[in-house]
Amino acid sequence: MTHTAHFKVWRGDTDGGDLRDYEVEVNDGEVVLDIIHRLQATQAADLAVRWNCKAGKCGSCSAEVNGRPRLMCMTRMSVFAPDETVTVTPLRAFPVIRDLVTDVSFNYDKARQVPAFVPPKGVPAGEYRMQQVDVERSQEFRKCIECFLCQDTCHVVRDHEENKAAFAGPRFLMRIAELDMHPLDAAADQGLVRAASAQEDHGLGYCNITKCCSEVCPEHIKITDNALIPLKERAIDRKYDPLVWLGSKIRRRQG
Amino acid sequence: MATGTTPTTPAARGVLAPGRAAISAPHLRTDRWWLSPLVTATALTIFIIYATWRAFANGDYYSAPYVSPLYSPCLASNCTDMNGGADWHLFGAWWGLSPALLVLVFPLGFRLTCYYYRKAYYRGFWASPPACAVAEPHAKYTGETRLPLILQNVHRYFFYLALPVAGILTYDVVLAFRDEHGAWGHAGLGTLVMLVNIALIWAYTLSCHSCRHIIGGKLRHFSAHPVRYRLWGWVGALNGRHMLLAWSSLISVGVADLYVYLVASGVFDDPRFF
Ligand code: SF4
Ligand code: SF4
Ligand code: FES
Ligand code: FES
Repeated sequence: MTHTAHFKVWRGDTDGGDLRDYEVEVNDGEVVLDIIHRLQATQAADLAVRWNCKAGKCGSCSAEVNGRPRLMCMTRMSVFAPDETVTVTPLRAFPVIRDLVTDVSFNYDKARQVPAFVPPKGVPAGEYRMQQVDVERSQEFRKCIECFLCQDTCHVVRDHEENKAAFAGPRFLMRIAELDMHPLDAAADQGLVRAASAQEDHGLGYCNITKCCSEVCPEHIKITDNALIPLKERAIDRKYDPLVWLGSKIRRRQG
Repeated sequence: MATGTTPTTPAARGVLAPGRAAISAPHLRTDRWWLSPLVTATALTIFIIYATWRAFANGDYYSAPYVSPLYSPCLASNCTDMNGGADWHLFGAWWGLSPALLVLVFPLGFRLTCYYYRKAYYRGFWASPPACAVAEPHAKYTGETRLPLILQNVHRYFFYLALPVAGILTYDVVLAFRDEHGAWGHAGLGTLVMLVNIALIWAYTLSCHSCRHIIGGKLRHFSAHPVRYRLWGWVGALNGRHMLLAWSSLISVGVADLYVYLVASGVFDDPRFF
């Protein structure tokens, strides 16, 4: 079955732009990215769009479809009624470059600010041994494809540009959680308490656990339940739980 | 209206900030995104109004052998005698208000700082955000980084306090297996209502995120703590349903209280099973 769909696609650049109307053919089984490609092929040869795998694994084709942050390659046309207007815009939390392409370097900056895995002392690389039960929490977070849909939808930065400096965003707070739960990470030996630093240096407190990151994650990672809330609890251990705090002080003094 | 007197005019905020794709609509969602915050806010408001009325009413909260969960434990000397129940008159006669007010702060604090209810009221009442990718109306946002919201971090202490409260409500349910004269081996519809309520309260309490952390989430090496790992798995399974349990236990508390109210005020007699 083929039908003609009504699309609105944002066209423009840093100087401005608008939503342009297109009538375009849609076939059974197609996804939004197919339609964007058809527009490029037939009516808008200069339409800028970022994509790569068309399989929901590279995280390139993030955009907003009818106002919802999604991967265009994983958004089936069958979820829309044939007479429904489909509006496609670039991610609205990041600076636009052109058409559907945004500048996501905010995320790379934030990624660099998270201290890397600290190798355990006395264990040569290649000799790391971990039990499956100890790594499986972190492994959930490794499913991330870095599409930055969570970063885009999080109201902390989406609605408040001024918070971008202080807030790492769900994807990178999750990265801190991943390392904090890593069975071999030795950051604490170097005096880096990752959970406390998440709150002090990466803006964990800005998150009000309203779960939009989890709602949009195409990998269905339970970002809020499994990374952010546990990280908040770990920070509380270090910062507000007098017993745990005292225990850690005493233990550290004993070396 | 935008006269340039304020440094950040609404027009330049968030998704409308310079640099972002120039789209004048604050959001482009076409689904009924407003339904969920509306339902949440309405349901919470109804419960708050009902519970406030009942907490201040100071009457019709006991009908042997049933006690309303809002009035247990009953700690003031103006409490009805509950025949072996949790009416411990720790507060003297100086307390003239409803005894419910003395204990309700604990469940109230527990639910108010609960990670799920936080999400619910931040979205439903504060519109922060109203729904995902729908612009929030506030000019500034600091989340839970400073007073008063930084106090949400005390949630685990309310969790600790919720355990004895749930224990006392369990005791009330045990006593509901006596008849109105204190003889064991009775069960009425009220017993069943209280039993369902306490099961939901325990499930809600144990599904708490702080509980999940304390039980095992804080550990780094599950392999070294097999028992806690298993408990963590169970709590995690409950935790996945935390929202469902938050609502069902809230409703069951209301229903249990309403049931006691209706029986105590003589609207109907408690049907007896045995
Ligand atoms: S749960 Fe926290 S990090 Fe995730 S979208 Fe909401 S505020 Fe942002
Ligand atoms: S956590 Fe999910 S939504 Fe966020 S960048 Fe990774 S895959 Fe995308
Ligand atoms: S093109 Fe790779 S995720 Fe969509
Ligand atoms: S998180 Fe909801 S009760 Fe603790």
